[in-house]
Amino acid sequence: MIAIIDYGAGNLKSVKKAFDYLNIDAHVATDIEQLQSAERIVLPGVGAFGAAVNRLQESNFFDVIVEWIEADKPFLGICLGMQLLMESSSESSGVTGLSVLKGHCERFQTGKVPQIGWNCITNKKDSPLLHDIPDATYFYFLHGYYIVPEDTGCVAAVTDYGISYASIIERGNLRAVQFHPEKSGDKGLQLLKNWVELC
Amino acid sequence: MLAKRIIPCLDVEKGRVVKGIKFKDLIDAGNPVELARMYNQQGADELTFLDIGASYQSREIMVDVVEQVSSQVFIPLTVGGGIREVADMRRILKAGADKVAVCTAALKNPNLLSEGAEIFGSQCIVLSIDAKRDGDSWSAYKNGGRDNTGIDAIEWAVRGEKLGAGEILLNSIDMDGTKQGYDLELNRIVSESVNIPVIASGGAGTLEQMYEAVELGKADAVLLASLLHFGEFTVADIKNYLREKGVVVR
Repeated sequence: MIAIIDYGAGNLKSVKKAFDYLNIDAHVATDIEQLQSAERIVLPGVGAFGAAVNRLQESNFFDVIVEWIEADKPFLGICLGMQLLMESSSESSGVTGLSVLKGHCERFQTGKVPQIGWNCITNKKDSPLLHDIPDATYFYFLHGYYIVPEDTGCVAAVTDYGISYASIIERGNLRAVQFHPEKSGDKGLQLLKNWVELC
Repeated sequence: MLAKRIIPCLDVEKGRVVKGIKFKDLIDAGNPVELARMYNQQGADELTFLDIGASYQSREIMVDVVEQVSSQVFIPLTVGGGIREVADMRRILKAGADKVAVCTAALKNPNLLSEGAEIFGSQCIVLSIDAKRDGDSWSAYKNGGRDNTGIDAIEWAVRGEKLGAGEILLNSIDMDGTKQGYDLELNRIVSESVNIPVIASGGAGTLEQMYEAVELGKADAVLLASLLHFGEFTVADIKNYLREKGVVVR
């Protein structure tokens, strides 16, 4: 069973709907008790870094997620759920993120911010997440900040928006995407399916 | 690079898509889910649904339409028409919409933009502006393009961004339905005045005009209704043309 973590940040329903459409068993978890039978965790989210960290802490999800990732259990971060893996973000100075990846998040300096729309990825790794997803596939992005990981070895794909930044990361069973697979049409659904079936 | 978006716009009344939908191959051309699926297959980058039914009943049914479409079609979905307050936004977003578009309600109460952005995030809030040329400037109209507010449309776009709108949907009342092309000057000035995406709407008749909207009008996306619904062009036709002209499309 997949648990989609609901800590009050944004629309989780579309992630749930995408799994439903794929006939994959997924549930929205509003408290840590509901993670007991979970085999996989999805951390979605839109909104501000600092507010999300606060909500993760208030709902007690924060420590559970860190332990989950440290145990290398299957995890998928989406959009803000990717940024939260870092130590900090220039969006919310002084706030400490989940810190399972060394590095921080920065704001785009060029172009319209946030980036809204379809942009393509350049595959950097032969990841199971990208099975049947060719290089230069377009996904739907919606974000003003991007991650800058210290260890670039975890970068599975990059995207160009004025600068080239990490749009997919993979380290063991820890995976995260900056775009919204649940809003990226057939290829987005393919990626979610890959995560469940191949990762 | 970020692609320019092609967005089909569907008018919905009492749960049915209305106005000029003519597809021989569709069993039920008034069914929002079926049309959404078709445009998704053609390569549409997003979908916009406008609730044109003025009744409470129509709005209730719209929630159900959004629920159904978002369960079967996985591209961004914007809903406009009849959104008057935060509670309306919440219902539509909860049903599965990604963004809500507001026009008249924001002109009457600009704080609706900031309230919506604060609760749901700017990325959810689309400011729809119906603009009509008035000499050297443009005025923002309300109530479906019927009433002139006397507010300068460019200033309204700039203010809308400050209040929290994440996108501008810019309709030219002058060009709408003429097939004479977009109001390129209006589009360009708005696009250069704000730092959020601008969606051009109203006036498209040819592929070249869509290219002009993007190149000369600096639009980030184009919204299309009857041209697509009457089958004059498919989304794929438009994208192939733009791609040949060197525009980045998905």
